[in-house]
Amino acid sequence: MSLSDKDKTAVKALWGKISKSADVVGAEALGRMLVVYPQTKTYFAHWPDMSPGSEPVKAHGKKVMGGLTLAVSKIDDLKAGLLELSEQHAFTLRVDPANFKILSHCILVELATIFPKEFTPEAHLSYDKFFTAVALALAERYR
Amino acid sequence: MVVWTDFERATIADIFSKLDYEAVGGATLARCLIVYPWTQRYFGNFGNLYNAAAIMGNPMIAKHGTTILHGLDRAVKNMDNIKATYAELSVLHSEKLHVDPDNFKLLSDCLTIVVAAQLGKAFSGEVQAAFQKFLSVVVSALGKQYH
Repeated sequence: MSLSDKDKTAVKALWGKISKSADVVGAEALGRMLVVYPQTKTYFAHWPDMSPGSEPVKAHGKKVMGGLTLAVSKIDDLKAGLLELSEQHAFTLRVDPANFKILSHCILVELATIFPKEFTPEAHLSYDKFFTAVALALAERYR
Repeated sequence: MVVWTDFERATIADIFSKLDYEAVGGATLARCLIVYPWTQRYFGNFGNLYNAAAIMGNPMIAKHGTTILHGLDRAVKNMDNIKATYAELSVLHSEKLHVDPDNFKLLSDCLTIVVAAQLGKAFSGEVQAAFQKFLSVVVSALGKQYH
């Protein structure tokens, strides 16, 4: 299920639009995840406030979107491009990789709410594949 | 026994009251067949599924999507008894249709996306949580009679 040229084009095209409101998308998606999948809050117990719209959530959403923007730029070799981030997630953050799927789903839902016309089934397909590929690259250094 | 809060009951009823079952059903099934193409295995005699445009314009798929949404409606109207309500449907999906139950989750994810696109900002985290809880109960009930 590797990314075709068509997928890469679709991902880059919509990301151009998304990056204009990247901070909002990231914050909303993360806030959504913490509400819909409360078990994910276990990774953020050190935050004073985990509610949607709070400062820590907004800041962290921005960080996540920065990572995804990097991934888009390295879409032709995600394993190499995300190696440092993979090491960070594997050795420092130690996020269970099952959560990558959870956050991906929340970002897809967020994209559907913000870009209902652009998030066609074909765009959805390419983004689902892209996030799966990113998750795989992020898990590269885990074991 | 699934326990539903007042918020969850109201949210599910509200969402479904806003859905055009034909449009949403067709869009959801089409999206599933496009995003997860292996699900097309169950639709061998549904005509042209060659590409996304063909799937989205296929009247048999549209009609079947409507059937699915009406099936969900039965759960909406029997929220305290979804398992019993779906016992026959579960047997049907297992013994006659031979659908891998993992597919139910794929379809329900597509429905979540379609509903999110329609409701926009109104599809908050709390609303999504209620909707996904409802769908996970439906998915579980549909898988109950498999053996």
